[in-house]
Amino acid sequence: MADNMKKLKTLIAALLFAPALALAAGADVRLDRAPINENDQASLQRGARHFVNYCLNCHSANYMRYNRLQDIGLTDQQILDNLVFTGVKVGDLMRVAMDQKDAKEWFGAAPPDLTVIARSRASHAGSGADWLYSYLRGFYRDAERPTGWNNTVYPNVGMPHVLWELQGEQVLAERKVQAAGYEKTEHVLKLDKPGKLSAVEYDQMVADLVNYMVFMGEPVRNDRKIIGLFVLLALGLLFVVTYALKKEYWKDVH
Amino acid sequence: MAATPKEPVQFRGAGPLNAPISDALTWVDQRFPLMSLWRDHLSQYYAPKNFNFWYFFGSLAMLVLVIQIVTGIFLVMHYKPSAAEAFASVEYIMRDVPGGWFIRYMHSTGASAFFIVVYLHMFRGLMYGSYRQPRELIWIFGMLIYLCLMAEAFFGYLLPWGQMSFWGAQVIVNLFGAIPVIGSDLVDWIRGDFVVSDATLNRFFAFHVIALPLVLLGLVAAHIMALHEVGSNNPDGVEIKKNKDAQGRPLDGIPFHPYYTVKDIVGVVVFLFLFFLVVFFMPEMGGYFLEFNNFIPADPLKTPPHIAPVWYFTPYYSILRAITEEFMLVLAIGVAAYVVLIWLTARDTRIKLAAAAIGLVVVVLMKGGPLALDAKVWGVAMMGAATLIFFVLPWLDRSPVKSIRYKGTLFRTALTIFVITFIVLGYYGVQTVTPVGTVISQIGTLLYFAFFLLMPWYSVMDKTKPEPDRVTM
Amino acid sequence: MSEKDTDQGKRQFLVAATTVAGGVAAGAAAVPFVASMMPSERAKAAGAPVEVDVGALAPGERITVEWRGKPVWVVRRTKEMLDTIRGNDGNVADPGSKKPMQPAYAANEFRSIKDEYLVVVGICTHLGCSPVDKFAKQAEAFDPNWQGGFYCPCHGSLFDLAGRVYKNRPAPDNLVVPPHKYLSDTRILIGEESKGA
Repeated sequence: MADNMKKLKTLIAALLFAPALALAAGADVRLDRAPINENDQASLQRGARHFVNYCLNCHSANYMRYNRLQDIGLTDQQILDNLVFTGVKVGDLMRVAMDQKDAKEWFGAAPPDLTVIARSRASHAGSGADWLYSYLRGFYRDAERPTGWNNTVYPNVGMPHVLWELQGEQVLAERKVQAAGYEKTEHVLKLDKPGKLSAVEYDQMVADLVNYMVFMGEPVRNDRKIIGLFVLLALGLLFVVTYALKKEYWKDVH
Repeated sequence: MAATPKEPVQFRGAGPLNAPISDALTWVDQRFPLMSLWRDHLSQYYAPKNFNFWYFFGSLAMLVLVIQIVTGIFLVMHYKPSAAEAFASVEYIMRDVPGGWFIRYMHSTGASAFFIVVYLHMFRGLMYGSYRQPRELIWIFGMLIYLCLMAEAFFGYLLPWGQMSFWGAQVIVNLFGAIPVIGSDLVDWIRGDFVVSDATLNRFFAFHVIALPLVLLGLVAAHIMALHEVGSNNPDGVEIKKNKDAQGRPLDGIPFHPYYTVKDIVGVVVFLFLFFLVVFFMPEMGGYFLEFNNFIPADPLKTPPHIAPVWYFTPYYSILRAITEEFMLVLAIGVAAYVVLIWLTARDTRIKLAAAAIGLVVVVLMKGGPLALDAKVWGVAMMGAATLIFFVLPWLDRSPVKSIRYKGTLFRTALTIFVITFIVLGYYGVQTVTPVGTVISQIGTLLYFAFFLLMPWYSVMDKTKPEPDRVTM
Repeated sequence: MSEKDTDQGKRQFLVAATTVAGGVAAGAAAVPFVASMMPSERAKAAGAPVEVDVGALAPGERITVEWRGKPVWVVRRTKEMLDTIRGNDGNVADPGSKKPMQPAYAANEFRSIKDEYLVVVGICTHLGCSPVDKFAKQAEAFDPNWQGGFYCPCHGSLFDLAGRVYKNRPAPDNLVVPPHKYLSDTRILIGEESKGA
């Protein structure tokens, strides 16, 4: 009997600890943490401008209305003056003019809608913001690709490096590193030709853009946290009252 | 009190009713059994006084049902059940409808909350033997509710029309293709198309918002009627109706109202605190309540690299994946061994012969060369069996006592292993397939079924403690 | 369970407190559900202000523009039409536009910002039909002394050329003047008013 119990315990332990091993075995791309602050309105506004200037030419944001940008501190007039093409109303959705069929021919796949892209790119490797931040900084020159570009986060992606004039051109270099007891080769990105922005400026710009895309994925995010605080507070008070009521009645029960 | 029915109505703790209300009640009562319903199910329904933490989950399941129905009604006002518009209409609810995000997050969190509450409610039943005679029908109604809930969740999951919705439905519907002969026609019939399409979405919508909620409400009513007929079990597993006072009231019982209403209200408040914590601060719950890939619109040409069902289905999904061609041999040996066990221990010859005959057929269908069904069929069959086996639980447990408090080490160990197995299977259901994972899922599958199938033996061999006469607080 | 040592007062207080607190919570929870049935952002965007150019509109003519899914009429009134309005005070129910069926800047004799242009929602205030033009001053079956205006085919309500409802007709109120403003001499923005107006 005791022997059996021992075996059982070993089995339970095996079942419990196996998941940890399986998790350790899984290898994902390492994502850089996106340095974003959802409360930084200036950053969000810069990001919105970058989004309209660089992304909205090919990608739509079909569920996002321009006037929702009021949530990041812009007035309707500012939106109309700075962000909207002529003929578009402030309450319109962020649609794209490019024909989806053309797009499919040029890039192999129609560029996806970006409204909720930040939410869909989240994984256990990191948040959607981390993914986007790493992706937009992960383009490198690759002569074998039709566009001439490849990406470390999204290998063989159909999208060319739209921001290359700003970032410059990166190449993929190999580097030998000392790991615990053995030497291994790592691929690292190296800036080959600098662009208009310095590396720090480019990272900041991408962070702003990603910050905006996270906001666009769920514009209500900040509001819901504030409302949530009040709701939990109210439930806390309700708990005090109902618990007192319960205690009072249960005095009867012996 | 103005009107006096046959038995005096007691409102303990409340002040005397004033005459107009009392008169109105009498008027209604002469035409509708309002007061007797109130008495039978609340003010004079005697529940054991020793309910503990685990007894909150019944009323909480009712609460979540109400939340799902109310939020569901409001979602239907804005949702469009068509392949072209469904995804956009969900984002429309999230952005353009005032308060829409709140209603949608309540509904999506509610789906997971429902399963958490129901799993805990079932675990309570397993611990305290609430499925035992005379409560077999309560248990069976409950299991039907559970099956109905799984169907409801499955149909509902297609509606947002994201990638996980689409491919989840694709995989689950294709399970029916494993059925010999009629399988592939059946799958086309279920989908109404050759792929999961607009037609599929439309019929799933009909089932999700009309058919299954109706069935669910009926089953819940039956579950509660059966419960109130025989009375509630309790953590000691002793029948409170055995000891009554002069008026015929159970000595260890207290009226459900006000005592358990005030207690359940506290449970409701605590539950809502946790519920809204998720709704307002982590509605995606790390990708378990709202899967990340479901924020990509359904694309019939591209399967996401990693697809897994929502967490509450994953134990069964693990069992499905565990059944490989090689594992069939283990299963066949297991079945044979089980037949031998029955043969050696059963007293009735007819049972021996029946077990041998059924066992032979199963083994042949598993490993009988040309007669054998393939592993895919058995995977689906085992997954189905894993849910259905709960139904026979009342007849598998032969322990002289109901509650785990008086059961011995054997039963306690078995239940512990079962719960761990369930969780581990669930964990592997969300992971990508690995050789280690498959072996662990296979061990888990054997342990899962062993818990049920060996119960008639270990529940008898178990060294139980004597049950007390009265409940303990 | 003895009744004697229970404090009924305390119990009643706690029951009342729970009822009130729970009621307030339930009421608050109902707010988003009720709100969700209000017009959505999409409906608001579709109902955004509409710009109309009345430069090409000849005197005595009418054009219809759609605003929030409703017909809005712009009528360019002639001098004679304005004269009939002036003489019609005795026939109409609310000659001075006392009821709030128009923004303050249109609560005047001709119910308009500029005398010449009438801007009204073309929906009868009775049960929501859209009245038809009867601009000519001539005897009509419904009124031998007809001064010109609008006639509702559903229940026979009559309105004059300022959208004022005739007495003793089913419709209770004058036609609604929507918020509007002039962007230039001939461009009207319907659905938005000038600040401070």
